[in-house]
Amino acid sequence: MQTEPILRVQGVSKAFPGVQALTDVDFEAYPGEVVALLGENGAGKSTLMKILAGAYTRDSGHIYLGGEEVELTSPHQAQSLGISIIYQEFNLVPTQTVAANIFTAREPLQPGVGRVVKLVDRRRMEAEAQRLLDIVGAHVSPTALIRSLPVAERQLVEIAKALSFDSRVIIMDEPTSALGKDETEKLFEIIRNLKAQGRAVIFITHRLNEVFRIADRVVVLRDGRLVGTAPIGAVDIDKVIGMMVGRSLSQMYQKEPAQIGDVVLDVKGLARAGAVEDVSFQLRRGEILGFAGLVGAGRTETARLLFGADARDAGEIWIDGRQPEIHSPEDAIRAGISLVPEDRGSQGLVLLLSVFKNEVLPNLSPHSRLGLLDGATLERQAAEYVQRLNIRTPSLEQKVMYLSGGNQQKVVLAKWLMSNPKVLILDEPTRGIDVGAKSEIYALMSQLARSGMGIIMISSELPEILAMSDRVLVMCEGRVTGILNRDELQNQEAAQEIIMSYATRHAVEGVPA
Amino acid sequence: MSDITVSPPRPAPRSTWRRVLRGQEIGIFLVLLGMVAFFTLATGGASGTFLKPTNLTNIMLNFSWTAIAAFGMTFVIISAGIDLSVGSVMALAGLAAAFLIARDKSPFLTADGTVSEWAIPLAILAGLAVGALAGFINGLLITFAKLPPFIATLGMLQIARGIVYGLSQGWPIQNLPPNFMTIGRQNIPVAGVNFPLPTVIMLVVGIIAWIFLTRTAWGYRIFAVGGNEQASRLSGISVTRTKIMIYTISGLLAGAGGVLLTARLGVAAPTAAQGYELDVIAAVVVGGTSTSGGEGSILGTLIGAAIMGVLRTGLNLIGVEAYWLPSAQGIIIIAAITLDQWFRRRQGKPTGFAHWFSRGGK
Ligand SMILES: Nc1ncnc2c1ncn2[C@@H]1O[C@H](COP(=O)(O)OP(=O)(O)OP(=O)(O)O)[C@@H](O)[C@H]1O
Ligand SMILES: [Mg+2]
Repeated sequence: MQTEPILRVQGVSKAFPGVQALTDVDFEAYPGEVVALLGENGAGKSTLMKILAGAYTRDSGHIYLGGEEVELTSPHQAQSLGISIIYQEFNLVPTQTVAANIFTAREPLQPGVGRVVKLVDRRRMEAEAQRLLDIVGAHVSPTALIRSLPVAERQLVEIAKALSFDSRVIIMDEPTSALGKDETEKLFEIIRNLKAQGRAVIFITHRLNEVFRIADRVVVLRDGRLVGTAPIGAVDIDKVIGMMVGRSLSQMYQKEPAQIGDVVLDVKGLARAGAVEDVSFQLRRGEILGFAGLVGAGRTETARLLFGADARDAGEIWIDGRQPEIHSPEDAIRAGISLVPEDRGSQGLVLLLSVFKNEVLPNLSPHSRLGLLDGATLERQAAEYVQRLNIRTPSLEQKVMYLSGGNQQKVVLAKWLMSNPKVLILDEPTRGIDVGAKSEIYALMSQLARSGMGIIMISSELPEILAMSDRVLVMCEGRVTGILNRDELQNQEAAQEIIMSYATRHAVEGVPA
Repeated sequence: MSDITVSPPRPAPRSTWRRVLRGQEIGIFLVLLGMVAFFTLATGGASGTFLKPTNLTNIMLNFSWTAIAAFGMTFVIISAGIDLSVGSVMALAGLAAAFLIARDKSPFLTADGTVSEWAIPLAILAGLAVGALAGFINGLLITFAKLPPFIATLGMLQIARGIVYGLSQGWPIQNLPPNFMTIGRQNIPVAGVNFPLPTVIMLVVGIIAWIFLTRTAWGYRIFAVGGNEQASRLSGISVTRTKIMIYTISGLLAGAGGVLLTARLGVAAPTAAQGYELDVIAAVVVGGTSTSGGEGSILGTLIGAAIMGVLRTGLNLIGVEAYWLPSAQGIIIIAAITLDQWFRRRQGKPTGFAHWFSRGGK
């Protein structure tokens, strides 16, 4: 590319207490280019982007926009200079409407006197929001409250908001991690459009196959330093992984042959109005049961019903041949069910508390005697999982809110893995997690299954489902539309087709349930 | 370069001292020291009035009941709640105790017209029970009736005060047995210094509350519920039970403070402890407990109560008229909360009190 970069970052460094997040990083983005910014969890990607968006101030270095040096002092100022960002963590006000969130602080005003007294033109705001929502393919009403929306739709609202700024540089920090296949395709289409308009898009993801579909160039960070940059044609997936983790990964999916035992979980006729209808299945000891389907197919809702997080209208849950009362997560945990929730920020973590306290929360009862906690044992276990999952934190006492997004996810996983349940439900377990840790999570899953745990893995990533599952259950519109056995999964391409066809239609006659 | 493994994380520092020195308490502890230094210098230096053991123990005595109720309030505010009823509950608990043992009211009179000995422990228990019951009802209103804590406890504030007025018909209850008043007036010699019994009780309650909050599963749950209610529920915590427990403890400790206050004064006045809820809340927030929930400490509250106590006595000693005291207290409170909010903003956490008025906590 011979043109001048729109954006040039030179020698930027940034430190947090106890962490050098960025050291002397150079970075460029050209007009009409999609740059993929890659690196492990905690490598410094989000920090660099937040500096560009004016959310953090750098310690040293220079930033040039359109050839001129700029000082980015606030998000508002960065926006007015033409940089907009979709943050990794959601940045929407849950109690406000979609439209109000998209137009925060720049609501269209009524003409005339309305302009003076800042009377919001709601009709125009909602119409404009609707137009943006249509562009990103979100089927939500502009008047819906954010808190009523599932994660995928919140993400689409974020994207719509970023588009509304009409920026020269658009930063997307893991925009696809909460999206399903269709929404991701739609987003790629939008990105191609932005590119054709001569804008620069900076795209962060841990799904490396996406990089090869959409990016023109990769930039890799490791431990806060620039490892290198390369045009997409000059690298392949192994090369990129090598740059990210500093070594090559022998095997991504570590699936060990399963030793399938007795039925541990037997679900009969589970239902909740408007979300889940007549879901029945069995899970055996040592089995990994994949839950496939499109976003909104009812998989997360099924998991929440099993876990007692939502009340079911009908259905029986049997564990080890008994039918425990499950009306709350507390009951479910006692009965031996654990759930790693999908929306980890708001449902999985207490951000204000330390890594240690978050990890031990579901594990307090077994480790307290007469109310007093066995701190030493808990600390040993917590530290062990921090190490196994390679959670980057300066100490167990660090507040979770200061960890990178991916490392926060790992804390949620650690907390539930520590609880050692009979049935472990993982809702999108590897979302937002770097390749190295992903393969560690797969290895752990295999190991836990071998020790006799029954595992349900909800995932929107088919390769992961196909590689790790012993059986795959497919859902569509709240119903189970099919179940594939291990031998049907051998031929991956055929299996993929079967799953997709189940996932897009209603239950057909004669499907075994 | 770096391998995929990182070095094992440091275990949490085990020494309490190190935690304290790194913690939020250090700032307000310095404020307390600064105030003590100021009043010492202003009252004649190291050998002057302020540093006299009797003055120091007097200060401690005077904030004992506030601090005891404030320990309970610390739990409440960490859970992102508020308890406005503590002043009235203190009065009600004191009144309940007094009713059982006052010479002209007690149902436990012996033949010679004195109150029987075993009525005293019974009266103390009754005071504690009344406090706990009021707190328990607060808890039920907040969890089952889903009232915002601000509203539920505002209601309880009025109800309890009304009961106090109604039962006493507006007259103070006097003629309490001397053995009861001893609880408020006895001194316990420790290392040559006479500590008032209420102060010793305050310290014991403080240590128990501190262990409860930092070393038990219940304490962890209080922090978790205040930090993120939804995530807590999904971690298997019964939010309902935790909240009921928190408000019951707050009521219980307010009851304890009320009984001690009555024993000290030797009278249960219908206007007793009026407005104390504000002193109690002030001690907690000055002590660094976040009004947005999820953060706070018992040690901080103790220091907060001490700051308010030192201010009161210190101003008195340097000759400031008592009329001006509320203004000085107001300034201290505003300064402390300003600092607290400023810290929080810097840490990128939402500020504010809106959740006190919203249903189901934050
Ligand atoms: N506000 C903060 N305070 C303290 N440390 C921080 C803060 N923000 C980030 N860090 C630390 O800086 C490092 C880089 O974090 P950053 O969020 O940039 O990582 P990332 O590359 O985006 O990772 P991920 O893939 O997990 O999102 C991490 O070690 C993180 O713990
Ligand atoms: Mg990040």
